[in-house]
Amino acid sequence: MNNFIRGLWNQHPIFRQLLGMCPTLAVTTTAVNGLAMGGAVIFVLFFSTCVVSIIKSLIPAQVRIAVYTVIIATFVTIVDYFFKAYHPDISAALGPYLPLIIVNCIILGRCEAFASKNTVRASVTDALGMGVGFTWGLFVLSGIREFLGQGTLLNRQVLPAGFPVLGVMVSAAGAFLALGFLVALMNRIEQWKT
Amino acid sequence: MENLILIFISAILLNNIVLSYFLGICPFLGVSGKLESALGMGMAVTFVMTLATSISWLIYHEILLRFQIEFLQYVVFILVIASLVQIVEMFIRKFSPPLYQSLGIYLPLITSNCAILGIVLFMVAKHYRFHEAVTYGFSGGLGFFLVLLIMAGIREELAYADVPQVFRGAPLTLITAGLLALIFMGFQGLLGT
Repeated sequence: MNNFIRGLWNQHPIFRQLLGMCPTLAVTTTAVNGLAMGGAVIFVLFFSTCVVSIIKSLIPAQVRIAVYTVIIATFVTIVDYFFKAYHPDISAALGPYLPLIIVNCIILGRCEAFASKNTVRASVTDALGMGVGFTWGLFVLSGIREFLGQGTLLNRQVLPAGFPVLGVMVSAAGAFLALGFLVALMNRIEQWKT
Repeated sequence: MENLILIFISAILLNNIVLSYFLGICPFLGVSGKLESALGMGMAVTFVMTLATSISWLIYHEILLRFQIEFLQYVVFILVIASLVQIVEMFIRKFSPPLYQSLGIYLPLITSNCAILGIVLFMVAKHYRFHEAVTYGFSGGLGFFLVLLIMAGIREELAYADVPQVFRGAPLTLITAGLLALIFMGFQGLLGT
């Protein structure tokens, strides 16, 4: 249970460890994209940590990173083909950032730091915690950017028509600014707690 | 020739790999604290990126497309990058110890640098021919280098600024990067399209 909780707040992959920044910044223009990316990461994280912890004693130490990467790449290919077949619109919106999950440091990080030393059960719980943590981070960030940038939330109009929106929030610069302020906010909350 | 110049300028200024595609953010946040390490990282990335695009282009077009096994592309590309980094590291260590001294510690980090895999994937998606692909890889690396240098320069100065405590470290770096991205958006009008 502790393994699961940890990823949700104390070791939150985005706000605490600052891992997986590329998808975090790139696909969070709308909340739907954020959720889809989160789902894909949970899937890949779950199965690759599972496989790594099963075969951990078979992997030679020198080539372990390469082995992890190949395992991850295999599952990413599966997710990529799944989205292409069943949700071509999301696949088009995520574009090359879906295959880029391969080099997402969260997954490699959990394989190396946790799954290679722990039992299958613990690794999978840890992976789910990290994945869910990552997903809510993406959801909050993409929700803020979609709301401020387009006045919608989950593709539904929230702000009244004609309300001035901040176009910059949808652009590249807005991603950096929004995430910067969010991380600062998380630091602030941590300060209050102590 | 015109085409190559267009690819060169657009990969560095208009569609900068860090500021508009968000690739290579981890090293961008990690090693941009000091000008010297930014220099080493930038050179290593430019070098590996140019090699990776050329070799992946050859493998993709000569092997994967010919035998219709494109679904293997992600696994193949990541293996190419990982082994390339390894080979480059051994090669530099043998033939140029001074260069190894300055680049050495950054090379292993590059394997997990998403900018390299990203630029290879973009290169495939854009259907470039060989010389265009090589130019694209090289200029993508230079774009990364440029932004890393600017960022390191700014952060060395910012180290002396009095910043509210919650903004210290990552938040400030991200906000600085945001402002930098805003400035680079100004280049959009450069080519008139």
